[in-house]
Amino acid sequence: MTSALINVPAKAKRGDIIEIKTLMSHIMETGYRRTATGEVVPRDIITSFSCRYNGVEVFRADLFPAIAANPFITFFTVATESGKFDFEWIGDKGFSETASASITVE
Amino acid sequence: MRKQDRSTRRQFLGLAGGAAVLGVVPVVTLRPAEATPAMLAAAIRNVVGTATVRTGKVKLDVPPLVENGNTVPMTVSVASPMTSDDHVKSIHVFNEKNPQPNIGNFYLGPRAGRAQISTRIRLADSQKIVAIAHLADGSFWSVSVDVVVTLAACTDEVI
Repeated sequence: MTSALINVPAKAKRGDIIEIKTLMSHIMETGYRRTATGEVVPRDIITSFSCRYNGVEVFRADLFPAIAANPFITFFTVATESGKFDFEWIGDKGFSETASASITVE
Repeated sequence: MRKQDRSTRRQFLGLAGGAAVLGVVPVVTLRPAEATPAMLAAAIRNVVGTATVRTGKVKLDVPPLVENGNTVPMTVSVASPMTSDDHVKSIHVFNEKNPQPNIGNFYLGPRAGRAQISTRIRLADSQKIVAIAHLADGSFWSVSVDVVVTLAACTDEVI
């Protein structure tokens, strides 16, 4: 089961600026909340997100507890060639997820 | 704990004051009329170093009145041609009153085509949000927006 949602246009013209939307299912526990017994709930967030376009990094983000649960990130890139987008999320407690999407550039 | 907090703030203010007296560091004044909390100023200083932050070029879209601080849509865009000589290297977003001042750092490049990012953030209180863009020529540009939050993100809430 993949917990990522990716929206990349399937086709684009060479040189087009395309929008990429990503959503990763994650609690993003801030580390500032307490249980009924007063214990702090340990932080559990995604700390880093990156996107590679045919192996070259085109976007990266550092995330903090102030990012809402299920981080939704959108950004833009120029469609240069047909190929693959690889997305990676890394977080606390060894969290690591990847996803990919392909694009055809004419 | 409280004592420790106070001493770090004092140290920071001392350093900032000392630097200003020496005239080495241009003091970062985003909104001179408003006292900027030390944590926000320190977080911004961490990113920009000794550079001057100018106002402009950056646009921060966030609803002025937020009902639920747990998920607030936010879009930052920067007026830039995004060429290899003149592009946005990174966008940094900060807040004033959450438990910690950083919201996110977003690294772009000339391949982005358009300097715009969107995400959803948490806001613990009605406060000011600051977005800073780092351009390829080394300059920093900022914008700040005030947001009113009616239901705060649950930082102290018992679960």
